Amino acid sequence: MDILTWTYILVGLSFALYIGIAIYTRASSTKEFYTAGGGVSPLANGMATAADWMSAASFISMAGIIAFSGYDGSVYLMGWTGGYVLLALLLAPYLRKFGKFTVPDFVGDRYYSNKARVVAVFCALFISFTYVAGQMRGVGIVFSRYLEVDIETGVLIGMTIVFFYAVMGGMKGITYTQVAQYCVLIFAFMVPAIFISIQLTGNPIPQLGLGGTVQDGTYLLDKLDGILADLGFHQYTAGRKSLTDMFAITLALMVGTAGLPHVIVRFFTVPRVRDARLSAGYALVFIAILYTTAPAVAAFGIYNAIDTVAGQPVDNLPDWVENWQKTNLIVVEDKNNDGLVQYLANPESNELTVDKDIMVLAAPEIAELPNWVVGLVAAGGMAAALSTAAGLLLVISTSVSRDLFRTFVPAMTEKTELIIARMAAAVAVIIAGYFGINPPGFVAEVVAFAFGLAAASFFPVIIMGIFSTRMNKEGAIAGMISGLVFTLGYIIYFKFIHPEANNMDNWWFGISPEGIGSLGMLINFLACFVVSKFTPDPPEHVQEMIQDIRIPRGAGKAQDH
Amino acid sequence: MENHKQQMKKYWRQNIRTVLILLSIWFLVSFGFGILLAEPLNAIKIGGYKLGFWFAQQGSIFTFVVLIFVYVYKMNKLDEAFDVNEK
Repeated sequence: MDILTWTYILVGLSFALYIGIAIYTRASSTKEFYTAGGGVSPLANGMATAADWMSAASFISMAGIIAFSGYDGSVYLMGWTGGYVLLALLLAPYLRKFGKFTVPDFVGDRYYSNKARVVAVFCALFISFTYVAGQMRGVGIVFSRYLEVDIETGVLIGMTIVFFYAVMGGMKGITYTQVAQYCVLIFAFMVPAIFISIQLTGNPIPQLGLGGTVQDGTYLLDKLDGILADLGFHQYTAGRKSLTDMFAITLALMVGTAGLPHVIVRFFTVPRVRDARLSAGYALVFIAILYTTAPAVAAFGIYNAIDTVAGQPVDNLPDWVENWQKTNLIVVEDKNNDGLVQYLANPESNELTVDKDIMVLAAPEIAELPNWVVGLVAAGGMAAALSTAAGLLLVISTSVSRDLFRTFVPAMTEKTELIIARMAAAVAVIIAGYFGINPPGFVAEVVAFAFGLAAASFFPVIIMGIFSTRMNKEGAIAGMISGLVFTLGYIIYFKFIHPEANNMDNWWFGISPEGIGSLGMLINFLACFVVSKFTPDPPEHVQEMIQDIRIPRGAGKAQDH
Repeated sequence: MENHKQQMKKYWRQNIRTVLILLSIWFLVSFGFGILLAEPLNAIKIGGYKLGFWFAQQGSIFTFVVLIFVYVYKMNKLDEAFDVNEK
């Protein structure tokens, strides 16, 4: 069977599975809609968190980014995993003990203020919308590449699927579909990685293969360093970014990960505090499987691309190059008409342009694997994009129905709240779909900044809410607003107002807009401290509440008011 | 009651100590070995890996996983010792 048939079969089967699960587990109460009834096992929640977390970008693009940036790509590897340590040690157990449904819930209650709650809702919506627009675009791209339909049609199909299980199933439906999506995506990522590793280094474990030797007996990484240096590129294992910037970006990504509302809410779904801790551990194991394989896929990919294409005759390139040239993801252009492909650092004379996504998308063909593996990778990419989109849509709908409507219309019945939650999810799907079809030019850039904003707004306020009994509402509101405004201002200045000035000479302390969230976080902390020193202590019942969330015993299932 | 409060204070202090120790390791393997000290560490080679590069792309992630499970184990013990564990 050909690739397209296999893709239709495998993607179709996986969709049928997700919809089946969604129908079987649909939510019937707000508690089930927001937190899956609070009865998810730590292992299942770990898997769901991993799928929720790993987006189309992690699955398709990350290996490619690392392939072309080498050591500098480590910021994503460390940043997007290290945040789970913070989440497990500093946030998850306490927020679980607190036992409500959302992050603004916590901020509003802990800081005894509906103003703080509304600021938190605004941050949550802003972060989730920028993020989800990128996911919808990802869904569209995967569809159009594999199913050979327009991006628009792809986005519409994706919207329908997500609409179905996010709106119907709520958190309960999402959780169990995400478990299935994790299994699909990790299998799809690992199969080609393992085969390429065997082919190139003789070692079936990609993590070891990366440190292994290639056919001529030299180490892969040494060989790669040498080849790249010869072609005028930077060495693979050496960095180009400054130490300060590496540090700042890694920190912003770590802290941002721990502050992302759609990740935090996953820990409200387990029964006990100890399950929340354990669940964060499982989540990181499932994430680490992909995140430690990705750098291997990256190095294998760039090595293969150079080895099999660079210096070869233009009319005798491998089949996978011919195939992917049609999609413009690989462009070969014989500029000097010598009949050979020159791959060089100098853009004037370089004749080979490879899109970063190719490292994962073309992996099965490079490894000469059967056609069904290509279909599998397509299903994996879809799973990664859909699971993240669904998680984000849930945060958006919850923010609207619970944090806004419930706060200001407390007399609302549960049934009404559920209807509003579903309607909000539906509207969010449509808005996200609109941005997926008509992406504002900045979507791709903005997604990375969602982390900076999460780092600069939520993280410090939640941490202080747990670890300081002294922190009050004035401090928290000042902190969130100053952190958010500073970070947003810096990003907008360098990305939109003066993009030409966006270089190391103009950055504050040499920190790029990607890493500025770390500075925003410090400003947030500082504002919290200073303002709270000059304003009254939080009331007695809040101080008691803080004492209470620090102790595991007595955590019931996530409670309504 | 006073006694109980004292106990809870002690529980919280030990909790903070555990977290601080684990977070210093978290900082050391990622920001330390993976970034700040990566260049000198790259002089050391383990198999085909330069050590700094290995920490940045593999070692720190493995350590993160271990840290969380150590935390789970330590906290479960601590909860039990102070009789605040969940039934």
